[in-house]
Amino acid sequence: MIYDVIIIGGGVIGCCIARTLSKYDLKICLLEKEAELASGTTKGNSGVVHAGYAAPREYIKRNLCIRGNKLYTQAAEELNFPFQRIGSFVVALEDSQIKVLEEQRRQGIQDGIPGLEVILDKEKIKYMEPNINDEVVGVLHAPTAGIVSPYEMTFALADNAATNGVKFLLNQKVRRIKHQDYTFTIKTKTQEFKSRNVINAAGLYAARISKLVGLDYFEIMPRRGEYILFDRNALHLNKILFPTPTKVSKGILVCPTLHENTFVGPNAQNITDKKDISTTEAGLKEILEAGRKLVPNLPVRSSIRNFAGLRAVPDTYDFIIDNTDIYGFINIAGILSPGLTSCFAIAEKVVEFLELLGVELKIKEDYNPRRLKPERFKDFSKEELDQKIKEDPSWGRIICRCETIPEKEIINAIHAPVGATTVDGIKFRCRPGMGRCQGGFCRPRVIEILSRELNIPYEEVTKRGEDTNFLIAKTKDLTLKEIEGGTE
Amino acid sequence: MKQYNADVIVIGSGAAGLAAAIEVKKANLSVLVIERDKELGGITLQCIHNGFGLKEFEEELTGPEYIQRFINQIKELEIPYILNTMVIEISNDKKLYAVNNEDGLIEIKAKAIILAMGCRERTRGAINIPGFRPAGIYTAGQAQRFVNIEGYLPGNTFVILGSGDIGMIMARRLTWEGCKVKAVVEILPYVSGLLRNQVQCLEDYDIPLITSYTVTKIHGRDRVKGVTISKVDRNFDRIIGSDKFIECDTLLLSVGLIPENELTLNAGAELSKNGGPVVDNNLETTIAGIFTCGNVLQVHDLVDLVSAEAKRAGQNAVEYVKNRYDKKSSKKEIIKCLSGENVNYVKPDRINKRDLSKDIIFTLRVNYPDRRVLIQLKDNNNNLIYKRKKIYVIPSEMVELIVNLEKNGIDPKCKSINIEVIPRPEVLIEEE
Repeated sequence: MIYDVIIIGGGVIGCCIARTLSKYDLKICLLEKEAELASGTTKGNSGVVHAGYAAPREYIKRNLCIRGNKLYTQAAEELNFPFQRIGSFVVALEDSQIKVLEEQRRQGIQDGIPGLEVILDKEKIKYMEPNINDEVVGVLHAPTAGIVSPYEMTFALADNAATNGVKFLLNQKVRRIKHQDYTFTIKTKTQEFKSRNVINAAGLYAARISKLVGLDYFEIMPRRGEYILFDRNALHLNKILFPTPTKVSKGILVCPTLHENTFVGPNAQNITDKKDISTTEAGLKEILEAGRKLVPNLPVRSSIRNFAGLRAVPDTYDFIIDNTDIYGFINIAGILSPGLTSCFAIAEKVVEFLELLGVELKIKEDYNPRRLKPERFKDFSKEELDQKIKEDPSWGRIICRCETIPEKEIINAIHAPVGATTVDGIKFRCRPGMGRCQGGFCRPRVIEILSRELNIPYEEVTKRGEDTNFLIAKTKDLTLKEIEGGTE
Repeated sequence: MKQYNADVIVIGSGAAGLAAAIEVKKANLSVLVIERDKELGGITLQCIHNGFGLKEFEEELTGPEYIQRFINQIKELEIPYILNTMVIEISNDKKLYAVNNEDGLIEIKAKAIILAMGCRERTRGAINIPGFRPAGIYTAGQAQRFVNIEGYLPGNTFVILGSGDIGMIMARRLTWEGCKVKAVVEILPYVSGLLRNQVQCLEDYDIPLITSYTVTKIHGRDRVKGVTISKVDRNFDRIIGSDKFIECDTLLLSVGLIPENELTLNAGAELSKNGGPVVDNNLETTIAGIFTCGNVLQVHDLVDLVSAEAKRAGQNAVEYVKNRYDKKSSKKEIIKCLSGENVNYVKPDRINKRDLSKDIIFTLRVNYPDRRVLIQLKDNNNNLIYKRKKIYVIPSEMVELIVNLEKNGIDPKCKSINIEVIPRPEVLIEEE
């Protein structure tokens, strides 16, 4: 079988392209090297949908970001992923910074970003965001900026794409690509796939994939960003808060999440190891100090997790969005911020490229753009809840106490179109273990449910795929081994 | 919707909940116990080590043996209970909503409620250890559940951060299972659990206890490969150059317990700074008719103390139900109890003025260890009400005082009393 399109990479970009293309009558497959989707740059991401004023005008990412922001409204509605346009503040703490804000506003308005406004009235600023530093002198308010959960959105995109016929294959690290007779042959450890067209959305590894077909014209380097997440209700922010940008970075932000947490981060460290998602003592200190400049009363004692993500930084600075010289091979690389915002606009580009490549794009008759919202215990009224439990008793068995997640939501996550197969996969889909006890109570139960639903032994249940097993043996196994060893 | 009514509802069926329920039933009131797990007993069920019951039964029992005695009484007294049931809401008129998989949504009306939900463990995130986030990091209690209940081992070689009791008990338990515990690392200059556990669980098995050190980095992207530990100064800041690497595949955290008070907040009751509800001398929260006991109120050293506290909560709930119309009419006048020098927290948080003639049980923990101290109660006008000498105090051992304030001549008009633990100047060693 020869696919029309193979997408390499199951992050938000790969899944967004898959979902956009699933509208057409094409045979599509997505390959992801990890055990779960959204495992790379998508996971350790701020989840901010930017308004689009930040990138310099000469970059294609500026327009893709502005366009991408607009496309979110419809996508969130069709796919039912949580998204809120809460608006952002770029915060000036010194008078000299106001002119930076004014310039961003002026250019942004020219480029069609709605509602940009520089607010100098401190009372009004404090009213809109009571937690902001008292020393604020002005803010750039961008009402179209919003927050999204990058991984929940990725799962929504993937589930909808899968429902519309896209095949998702996990644990498929691409090792070789052969290009012959207008056909790409892609080899992974266990399988071989053929496709007319290949879309490289491999994130941190996009340069490696590009080189597999002989296209060696860019490099991707990891830039690490560390975060600290605070407990729900420890601090309630209304707005996404950025510092006034410098030439290097948009800076460390303080931001609410869709689940009532607040986080601070990310810093920016250029590193060499693409697997180094460790946090550092110095880095955590750095982000707290930076965060305190925006919000002096950061609830440091209520932190529930620190984590780090990597950005895929291209040596070309701008996004690499190329219909390459190798016919049918499309590079979508170096998608760092505002990549999440731009994803729907990037997918439109891919459609244009495929048209240029002569791929017949016929809309499927049975295409369904809608994904139903995953049913959540918390969203039900008391009457609905009663009814639901009577229909399916697993709605009444609460597994995660902190976030009130019943067994049914976990079972649904496992049996979704692209279902969870690991404990982290479940955590990122429906949140058991995301709360303040961080899985202390629910993890044994989640392991039990995974073991049962996937029909695998306890010891084979992993945190996030190969080599991340939780349990190593049954009790007495080690002592028995020792006794047996002794008799030999 | 299924409905229940009872004079008293007890939430939680651990050592606290069961003891409280039994007291209520003995007073001939109706009581219903709600448990979210599939069996009665709470966390005591996974504590298969001995050392329980010395005070309550004057025998040494394991956790399951101890709790079984209460479960047997629940059955003998025919106290109703519902399992697998999670309370999701408590309204201020003492109506509860709960769910389970058999009945669906349940509405329960009560005249009084006893909160006995226990506590949870502090996590890695709460103490913000830098490094990777691999598989192989567990709280000590979670590892205990895996080993003792599920029958699985969470690792081969361990480092345990925190010398809390569960951590030390797990060090011994894992050694018995053939695992290697490389070290128990404690940030404080002294062990944070009970002395008897330090001796019986660490020293008897040659498990090194490294004090004034903490884990400063977790290594290993997929599975834990080791930890860096570093010496800390008095402010718990890392001393540069003191780093040591310990290879291990699992890190256990025994870094403290936090009362589990989501429902308490949901009911609208206030919490105090120890994380437990604000209570008066009757263990009544700031919502009339809602009582609390056990580890949801304060983390106890011994389960026997939990049972004793729970009995009081049960008796007080009975009292409330029997006289509740009186109470509604009389506005409560209170004296606040404040934590003074070297007092981390004190319970109760306040005393009803009408109870001044009764014996009041104070429980407190100190902030730091000290020897030869004086525990003093003074009112807000600095009048000494009560004092007691003590050979030593340590944070891991709760101090209990029973004081009759009226007999000790308290000024009934005072607004607050301050409790402090101060060094005793005299050299004379005459012990309590």
